[in-house]
Amino acid sequence: MISTNQILINSNYNSVIEMNNAITLKKLVTNQSIKIEGLDVYIENQHILKDINLTIPEKSITCIIGPSGCGKSTFLKTLNRMHDESPEVKISGKVFVNDENIYGQHVNVIDTRKKMGLLAQRPCPLPMSIYENVAYGPRIHGIKKRKAINQTVIQYLQYVGLWDEVRDRVRTSATRLSIGQQQRLCLARGLAIEPEYILGDEATSALDPLSTKKIEELFIKLKEKYTIILVTHTLRQAKRIADHIIFMYLGKIIESGSTDEFFNNPKKQLTKEYLSGSFS
Amino acid sequence: MICAAMIILGVLVYIIATVFYRGLPALNLDMITKLPGGGFYLGKEGGVLNAIVGSLYIMIGSLIISILISVPLVMFVNFYLPPKSVFAFLIRFSLDILFGIPSIVYGAFGFALMIYLGIRASLLGGILTVAMLIMPIMMRSFDEITRLLSRDLPDALLSLGATKYEMVKVILRQLMPGLVTAILLAIGRGIGDAATVLFTAGYTDNIPASLNQPAATLPLSIFFQLGSPVEEVQNRAYASAIILTVIILILSFSARYFSSKFSKNKI
Repeated sequence: MISTNQILINSNYNSVIEMNNAITLKKLVTNQSIKIEGLDVYIENQHILKDINLTIPEKSITCIIGPSGCGKSTFLKTLNRMHDESPEVKISGKVFVNDENIYGQHVNVIDTRKKMGLLAQRPCPLPMSIYENVAYGPRIHGIKKRKAINQTVIQYLQYVGLWDEVRDRVRTSATRLSIGQQQRLCLARGLAIEPEYILGDEATSALDPLSTKKIEELFIKLKEKYTIILVTHTLRQAKRIADHIIFMYLGKIIESGSTDEFFNNPKKQLTKEYLSGSFS
Repeated sequence: MICAAMIILGVLVYIIATVFYRGLPALNLDMITKLPGGGFYLGKEGGVLNAIVGSLYIMIGSLIISILISVPLVMFVNFYLPPKSVFAFLIRFSLDILFGIPSIVYGAFGFALMIYLGIRASLLGGILTVAMLIMPIMMRSFDEITRLLSRDLPDALLSLGATKYEMVKVILRQLMPGLVTAILLAIGRGIGDAATVLFTAGYTDNIPASLNQPAATLPLSIFFQLGSPVEEVQNRAYASAIILTVIILILSFSARYFSSKFSKNKI
């Protein structure tokens, strides 16, 4: 039975949807840039990342590939300062995001994290409803007006293609969604804080092929507006969606370049061996 | 192994059977609706309403104090201190020791503290001492459940730009069933304990009207009734034991019900 409250909510949504038809995603900062200079990361005195120097091309998909334990995820975590939570991690070097060194003095960590939407390996919906999951980010960043939040939630649920699937149950628990839907919800939740960059840490490794395809299509759609950095284990995925590839091995960048060049004409012997499957 | 299981089951069945066999005939509406009348402990009319209400007052009061201290402490140890912090180790180690201290020691300590603070044997004294008894139990069990939480949720919240405080608020929702379990364990230990309230809450045949007045408790009521030479009064002690058991059961079920309602969105 549909309650009066539900009807009110639905009619409210409908008016917002009409408004949304004319709205596209918020226009983002045009100058997105990530530049890394001499980055070294130590975890409990083990040298995990060794002298990383890198520029990430803007508004494109950059895939970081390499065997397990080569430091891909550690690298990704340096970009949104998630290592701050682990005192055993020591970082030296500079990471410039929009020309600001995020490891410099007087940097607001929360602002840095807000610039980076993170999609983790396993979807982790917050213990609240589908609606509240997407609304959570805007709320903690100071948006209070119900109409604005409604609009944001619907806009991003539509963007990730989840709205039509969940519009009748947005007030129910997010954990009742399938794992593929949960991952798209997490993407919508990440986009709702209006980041400039999207980080994906093996974001499709827990998903079935169909859900993987949906997420990959979203990444391709998103690269028009966002700079996307993905860590992946799957060479085929990197080949399918990446514009640029970074190949890491034992904490070092071995080779980087455009996808075509990387797969068709690798320059380093180690890259050739990795691509031929000599080690993984 | 089967033998061991049978012994445990046998003991349980024997206890329940004895309590019900002797207590049920003595259990009537008067027991739960009336205060002990004159000569109650010699077989005259009355009930144990004073002890029921006293026990509930002490339990509610001590639970409020314990929750207000336990939850922030567990969150601090798990999410504000580094994972291998010496301070966190010391806190957990202290809690383990406090966990094992017999309740009579808490009673004696509470009594000494009350003398120092100038408090008489009263509801307040009982609440404070029972809170001291149940706090380590609540903290340690809630801590164990919190430690099992995967890092995914805190990481997801922090990566959204949440502050530590905002993160902890969401995590607490997720941990609500665990907190309820910890509270139930604490209730189980606190409500049935006689030694802590013996010196600190005192005993009275009336319902306390303020925190300064003495309060009766069910365990002590059972103790005094069992000490009576009259068999009828002894049977009432068993009836009081049934009441205590039923109160614990009601509290358990209602806590589980509210917890599942509150955390229907849990992962």
